[in-house]
Amino acid sequence: MRLDNIQMSVANRQGPAVRAIPSVNNKITARDVNVYYATKRALKDINLDIEENRVTALIGPSGCGKSTFLRCLNRMNDTIDICRIEGQIQLDSVDIYAKAIDTVQLRARVGMVFQKPNPFPKSIYDNIAYGPRIHGLAQRGAEMDEVVRSSLERAGLWGEVKDRLKEPGTGLSGGQQQRLCIARAIAVSPEVILMDEPCSALDPIATAHIEELIDELRASYTIVIVTHNMQQAARVSQKTAFFHLGEMVECNDTEEIFTNPRDERTQGYITGRYG
Amino acid sequence: MLSGLFLIGEREHMLSDLFFFIGEHGQPMQTTMLLTVIAVLTVVGYFLGRGRAVAIAGGRLSTLHSVPPYHGFFVALWAGVPALLLLAVWVSCEGPVIMSLVLAQLPAALIPTDHQALTLLQTDILNLAAGVSNGREPDPAVADAAGLYNTLHMVAESCLLALGSALAVAGLTLARRQIRGDLRARNRVEAALNVLLILCSLVAILTTVGIVLSLLFQAIQFFTMVPLTDFLFGLHWNPQTAFSGDVKGSFGAVPIFTGTLLITVIAMVVAVPIGLMSAVYMSEYAAPTVRSVAKPVLEILAGIPTVVYGFFAALTMAPVIRDVGTALGLEVSSQSALAAGVVMGIMIIPFVSSLSDDVINAVPQALRDGSYGLGATRSETIREIVLPAALPGIVGAVMLAISRAIGETMIVAMAAGLAANLTANPLAAVTTVTVQIAATIRGDQEFNSPKTLSVFGLGLVLFIVTLILNVIALRVVQKYREKYD
Amino acid sequence: MTDLAQETVLRRSVYKSEAFEAQLRRRYRAERRFQLAGIASIAFAAVMLVVLLTTIVLNGYTAFWQSRFDVEVFFDPEAITPSGSREPAVLSAGDYPALVREALLAELPEATGRDGRRAVMEMVSSAAAYRLRDMVLAHPELIGTRLKVSLLASDNTDQFVKGHIPRAVSEDKRKVSDRQVEWIDRLTARGVLASHFSLDVLTQSNSRQPEQAGMWGAVIGSVMTMLVTLGMAVPIGVAAAVYLEEFAPKNRWTDIIEVNINNLAAVPSIVFGLLGLSMFLDFFGMPRSSALVGGVVLALMTLPTIIIASRAALKAVPPSIREAALGIGASPLQVVIHHVLPLAAPGVLTGTILGLARALGETAPLLLIGMVAFIVDVPGSLSDPSTVLPVQIFMWADSPERGWIERTSAAIMLLLAFLIVMNAVAVYLRKRFERRW
Repeated sequence: MRLDNIQMSVANRQGPAVRAIPSVNNKITARDVNVYYATKRALKDINLDIEENRVTALIGPSGCGKSTFLRCLNRMNDTIDICRIEGQIQLDSVDIYAKAIDTVQLRARVGMVFQKPNPFPKSIYDNIAYGPRIHGLAQRGAEMDEVVRSSLERAGLWGEVKDRLKEPGTGLSGGQQQRLCIARAIAVSPEVILMDEPCSALDPIATAHIEELIDELRASYTIVIVTHNMQQAARVSQKTAFFHLGEMVECNDTEEIFTNPRDERTQGYITGRYG
Repeated sequence: MLSGLFLIGEREHMLSDLFFFIGEHGQPMQTTMLLTVIAVLTVVGYFLGRGRAVAIAGGRLSTLHSVPPYHGFFVALWAGVPALLLLAVWVSCEGPVIMSLVLAQLPAALIPTDHQALTLLQTDILNLAAGVSNGREPDPAVADAAGLYNTLHMVAESCLLALGSALAVAGLTLARRQIRGDLRARNRVEAALNVLLILCSLVAILTTVGIVLSLLFQAIQFFTMVPLTDFLFGLHWNPQTAFSGDVKGSFGAVPIFTGTLLITVIAMVVAVPIGLMSAVYMSEYAAPTVRSVAKPVLEILAGIPTVVYGFFAALTMAPVIRDVGTALGLEVSSQSALAAGVVMGIMIIPFVSSLSDDVINAVPQALRDGSYGLGATRSETIREIVLPAALPGIVGAVMLAISRAIGETMIVAMAAGLAANLTANPLAAVTTVTVQIAATIRGDQEFNSPKTLSVFGLGLVLFIVTLILNVIALRVVQKYREKYD
Repeated sequence: MTDLAQETVLRRSVYKSEAFEAQLRRRYRAERRFQLAGIASIAFAAVMLVVLLTTIVLNGYTAFWQSRFDVEVFFDPEAITPSGSREPAVLSAGDYPALVREALLAELPEATGRDGRRAVMEMVSSAAAYRLRDMVLAHPELIGTRLKVSLLASDNTDQFVKGHIPRAVSEDKRKVSDRQVEWIDRLTARGVLASHFSLDVLTQSNSRQPEQAGMWGAVIGSVMTMLVTLGMAVPIGVAAAVYLEEFAPKNRWTDIIEVNINNLAAVPSIVFGLLGLSMFLDFFGMPRSSALVGGVVLALMTLPTIIIASRAALKAVPPSIREAALGIGASPLQVVIHHVLPLAAPGVLTGTILGLARALGETAPLLLIGMVAFIVDVPGSLSDPSTVLPVQIFMWADSPERGWIERTSAAIMLLLAFLIVMNAVAVYLRKRFERRW
């Protein structure tokens, strides 16, 4: 009963949200991106534009390369020795794989939220303060307190944790942990937030919470979200890209994809024939 | 066989009998013969049992509950085990029983009342009986007692042979008679093997019990001579003067404890940062080629015997440190704590690094990803996320390393001195618990001098301290692993 | 919401600022320093290993060369057997040092008087006279003949020839006098005194004189001790591992055994020596200084290592193998003996070899049970007094004469060679039989 209510309310909010999109600048453009793990080709000639201040969902069956693509966008794949990337990915028209680009700076601008909540084994406060501190964005003390507060507020967690900032972040519930991780990502003021199946480890209520949050964050950030869950893609995103066997099959407005898919593979997937 | 090992007492030739028939003393033929008889009967029993099972089955093996070899083992076990148990019990009881019989024959006036003199008398009798002369002309009564001892011994051995053989034959016959088609021979044999396995796994427990008992037993004797508080808090260690009567003031172990502590601290100052940084570099930075060189280097360091490190410390490190110190105008002892400590630290580097490597690798990749995703550099991730997350495990590893350093003997025995100086100066000579133990005991001590017994007091302290460190460290590491499993 | 959005945009511009770039450069410097510290740590370990090994080899290889005097010895009947008797008892009592002395004096005619003769005799080892005696005892027909014989030089001569006793030091601080130096130079120039390759350091038994000391007795002692350790630790260790891993119920008792084994593995080795002393020597009266007691003590010490390694090997055998065997009606014991143990054997073997390698290098507990005694004879049985290689190293290292350094280093080279072989076998086994399930 209660679940139905939440789902309905989410569905109701979707309509107006889509209409409120202000701009259509391309924040990220990917051109002919190929990714290899050792000799295995994981992504094949991906071309995709990600628009500013919108939520782009990447969907597809597991192993289709959507997470791999996501991790290319902030060069997280650099930490995997055997991974090799070809092609061009531009952030604000600058190639992020160019020699002059610094991964530290890049990742500060393109934040990431992971599949499983991974709070650091530190206090809630230190979890948030870690990023601003290493980047020198705020001085210790009042300035940092303010960053922590505003980040937690934006992640909708402030009310729940404001009295226990010194307690370890690992003591929170799964949904709270994931919002903590989002707050942690927000704290360094990124331009883009990448989310890799952020709700797959959460229960439906926590999922609804996060989805609401994503919708709110869209005003200030460009968001790319990988999801297994087509309903979720439909609820939170404005654009959807469908990946299949390492190829980007189709990318379009979310409504378009779900109501009128052009490719039959997309149709097969969203109608539940496979995946 | 194994239970026999721990029951045997008294005379060494009996023990050597049970162990592979060795030793050059005049060993009683009977024991050897009995072992041979048992061995033969066991083999015979196997074939008889198997043959009978085959005969009963009459070509249709499926009528048997167990296949014939198990019937063979079944009979063999019955032939061998009871007789061996008898042998073990007999050998362990024989000496004391015969001795009490012999003493009962001696005139009452000859039997001393105090324990030590009695032990001495018994030793005399045993020596005479074995034909070892102590040079003095023996008391005729004692000589008679020795003769009686030998007679009784021969009788006892013959009885043992007869009884043992009878038991083996009886076991064999009875077991063979039991063989029927539905005899659960396999289950019986397996139950016996299971008991054997349990006994084997108890050896480790018995070892611990043996260590605790032997340390406690001698240490308590020591503490009746030297009060525990004098030992633990006394500032002067000088066992040599103990012979001149001043037992109480000569066994203050504080200088030894501080010496051990000083060398351990130096070793940790070398081993912990270097071991930890090596582990960090190997697990977080090193390219496969670097790792393929660095890993064997550390493994070889770990495999070098401590006596070799000791030689290195005494031959190379100590002169180098002394020369450098002298050049700087410092007074350096040729057996400085620094030389022993540094070399011990080098020895412990691979220990720290392999333990830290394990704990660092147990930190989930997700935490590293979380940090990289925020734009942290590698060293920031390691220093601020990985190492704090691995801290409990690292603390456990360091505790194990400390325990190792405290218990290390050869390096300090060869490079540190015997002088029990109460100092914190790393350039001075100090001594350690293990050096004192190794230097005092050479296998031929009388167990009544306070100097010898003091070693067991030190040994007990060493055992307790390392045990506490190990228990806590192992628990900390285990808890840590469970957290990330 | 819009406030926040603006604030965010403002803060973002930070990443393009000069200040951030400067901060970034600082962070990368810290990164490099950290990485350098790691490299330095590993380099330190590597350098120490190299220094240690080169010290040993540089000090040790000269032990395989020994100086000898190649001189003509006259087997003077007067000195050997003044009575003319050829009885072995008479022959072995002959004045052989006189033969040595005369042979050397023939090369150094200017060494006269008691001092001169003594100085000459100092240059040759006491083993030289024994050598002549043994020759005569074996071949009495040598008496009265002349024969070229190679006589072992004394330790000091040998060390001087090898350059370990420096020439430049003043005479009173040198073990070799100026006169002897001159003789050594002359004899070397004439080819009488020369260094020869020699395996005596391996094949001879122990001696108080460094130039005569060899390690054969210790090698045999080590082998016998290891056999006892192997014979006791492996069956018990494997059986215990099988029980704990395959059959033991999970209860308080097996927990205690497990904790106990883990702790026993970390007990200082010297404590096992105390156990051996008061339990096996004092209480059970087993023979002192013997390979038997040494082996038993080392077996108890190695047991936890073997149990832990064997359990790991058993654990690595996948449950599907056990289920398959149980499924066709094998009893649990048959499953273990027929299927699990053979599959775990390489792992068990590797662990055993590594445990034995550790035991082979162990010294401290053996000191306490008296294996440190000076023993010349090669042990003939397990209960004979004997010593082992590491203890021999310890004893030699403790002696003051210069010649012991090269002997000790040579013994270490042999010990390390044994250990390298054992570890290489273990590595080979692991590589050869490693299985991925």
